[in-house]
Amino acid sequence: MNWNLFVTELTAGITHGCVYALIALGYSMVYGILKLLNFAHGDIYMVGAFIGLGIITVFGGATNVHVNVVLMLFLMFGAAMLGGGLLGVMIERFAYRRLRTAPRIAPLITALGVSFFLENSAQLILGAQQQSYNSFSWPNSPIALNGFTLPAQARLSYSQVIVVAGTIVLVIALTLFVQRTQTGKAMRAVSFDREAAAMMGIDVDNVIVVTFFIGSALAGAAGVFNCISYQQVFPTMGFQAGLFAFTAAVVGGIGNLPGSVLGGLLIGLAESFATGYISSTFQQAIVFAILIAVMLVRPSGLLGRAAVQKV
Amino acid sequence: MGGRDDIPPIPARPDDALGPRVGVDEWVASHGERREQRTGPLGRVLTELERLPRPAFYLAFGIAAAFVPLFTSNGYIIRVGFDTLLYMLLALGLNIVVGYAGLLDLGYVAFYGFGAYGYAMLASPKFGLHWDTLLIIPVVVVATAILGFLVALPSRRLLGDYLAIVTLFFGQFFVTVYQNGNKISVLGLTRHYDVTGGPNGIPNVDNFDLGGLKISSLQGYYYTALVIFLVALFMVYLVDQSRTGRAWKSLREDPLAAELMGMPVNRLKLVAFSFGAAIAGLTGTLFAGLNTAVFSADFDVPTLIIVYAMLILGGAGSLGGVILGALVVNVSLEFLRTPGHATWVFYVLLTVTLLVKVRPWRWLAIVVAGTLGLGYAVHAIASSAWPRSVGGQTSVGGTLGSWLQGWVLHPSNPRMIGNVAFVLLVLAVLGLTLLHDWQRWLAMIPTLCLAAFVWENRLVVEPSITRLILIGVILIVLMNARPQGLLGTARVEIA
Repeated sequence: MNWNLFVTELTAGITHGCVYALIALGYSMVYGILKLLNFAHGDIYMVGAFIGLGIITVFGGATNVHVNVVLMLFLMFGAAMLGGGLLGVMIERFAYRRLRTAPRIAPLITALGVSFFLENSAQLILGAQQQSYNSFSWPNSPIALNGFTLPAQARLSYSQVIVVAGTIVLVIALTLFVQRTQTGKAMRAVSFDREAAAMMGIDVDNVIVVTFFIGSALAGAAGVFNCISYQQVFPTMGFQAGLFAFTAAVVGGIGNLPGSVLGGLLIGLAESFATGYISSTFQQAIVFAILIAVMLVRPSGLLGRAAVQKV
Repeated sequence: MGGRDDIPPIPARPDDALGPRVGVDEWVASHGERREQRTGPLGRVLTELERLPRPAFYLAFGIAAAFVPLFTSNGYIIRVGFDTLLYMLLALGLNIVVGYAGLLDLGYVAFYGFGAYGYAMLASPKFGLHWDTLLIIPVVVVATAILGFLVALPSRRLLGDYLAIVTLFFGQFFVTVYQNGNKISVLGLTRHYDVTGGPNGIPNVDNFDLGGLKISSLQGYYYTALVIFLVALFMVYLVDQSRTGRAWKSLREDPLAAELMGMPVNRLKLVAFSFGAAIAGLTGTLFAGLNTAVFSADFDVPTLIIVYAMLILGGAGSLGGVILGALVVNVSLEFLRTPGHATWVFYVLLTVTLLVKVRPWRWLAIVVAGTLGLGYAVHAIASSAWPRSVGGQTSVGGTLGSWLQGWVLHPSNPRMIGNVAFVLLVLAVLGLTLLHDWQRWLAMIPTLCLAAFVWENRLVVEPSITRLILIGVILIVLMNARPQGLLGTARVEIA
């Protein structure tokens, strides 16, 4: 057995999985509260990646950064999360809010329109071609190439370490927020029963705005993570990532936050091993097969509880 | 009640006075009244028209459409007409799934692609097969229906959202298969099989041959498409009027209530899904027959969104809406191809919208005068202070062009500033929705100038992207402002 390939695919899968997990968390949070499939979520991830690219460009380009790299990373994440979050809140305010009581299909079609609008606006403004983070450098060496050596001569790059560590930090922060704070409690209450929560004096609009902000900020961060390790940025990158992340959320049990992380890792690993061992063109087919299998065997997802439809 | 005048009249029920009752909103309550009020020749014509059976309108449309190739020999116009008919067929099929049954099918164009590839494989030198068209069409239609059935099967038990994601994934998966189907290897064998031609598609597809009647001209295909569309339209109309049609609509309005009424919900969903898929497959054969080649790029997400925009614009669930939506969207997208036409359409649409939407009249006058004045003022100041801001050229000639040249700024290098202005325009339009009354009308003046600037300098330069942006905008705006579309019936919420 080729252990080098195995370890390489394993680390790549976990890195990818972390990115999917972050996007899936946002999907899952919004779905939990509004029962809305926010197709535009993947495009917020794309916008986050472009904001990161913009920050790099402002500070002199990837290979020639003027400021300390750690500061730079924080700037990139801060800007991408803030920008993504604000974009999410705007989308909620202007596209979805009026449709909360509309038939289920109306916000879905709107979400499709928003996604299409964002994607093509990005093409208009930024051009359709791929742009690159171009070997973003740790002092004097590109972080996507250099790193630690793992068993079997596989490499673990610094960028992968940053992605995994960053994801762990964000997931812990999110868990603490949802479990320990007043707003987090309100979020859980609204996702459990919106009307009852409103009657208990919770400002539902406010909670929905906060949810959109946090979920979209996570997607923005995921955009930067992805580009630190995989370099390429382009306007249509959000579509497939969004699709895979949504699959991750469904596989883990939609509305269930630990489930989203688990699902994200699973999808990332599946994609990575499919690329390494089967075929790079048909990774989509593998992920699709996982989705169908989960839906047939365990429709509520791995960690989800079976939904009881209330009348 | 002769002779018994002493009985007092029945008092009005107390809730009658309180306006709309439960389950009856004002619009519905006053519907009959408004109908009675129609007088004069126009009113009489409208009342008579309402009495006509729906198929009469479809027939009228068919006759009108049949005359198009007689009036023009311009191949381009007939080609646009043919494409519009194809879109109408696609929207018709989607109307069954989305409009009647209320299921969100995001893999719809994959079925269209399946039909096109199916025809191409059975009638081209690719596999040396040259089947009879009259045999291929039923085979492909049935195969597409079965495929639709299989796709819907795993998600039928679940909420509509899961169906959306499964079908979206399926659509993507299918595009990948079409694109990479030229190197399929079975179980890791080294030999590759070429099934779909990959990025090169399948060329040299046979023309239609309907039992000896070879169709090779554009006109021929136009009439074939028209006949197929009318037959399909009439078929869908009959289904709509049938038990199944009513069941679908009740399913759309309230699945739970439908199930409680004893309707076989799952079966109805599957039938709707297969029916829609079958029509998409049928459309695909027509597409492959005319183009004599198929490529996977034609069956990707943009096509899907365009068909959705047509359906939503016309009004989901309305057959007339399908015709109108496809016509409006496809013809306006065609206009966008030529910058000169596009600019005309843009300003005419802008003017008409202002005329219809801005009330009272004096505000309309103020908005128009203000917009013109602001444009000239900015132009005068910018051209004297910074000559490069008027160094560019407008894309339209004639009177409109020379007027625009003097009214809108055309910087010599508009890309960067145009992009900034585009983002500002989006923000300004969003801001407008938050304002009311006079504030909105006032804020509209600079927004309109900005819109003209962005249009002239950025949007008209990149027509292919502008098309798609506008489609996205149509979906968002319609869903928020008029979810029933142009011809659909407004949904009455029963509280």
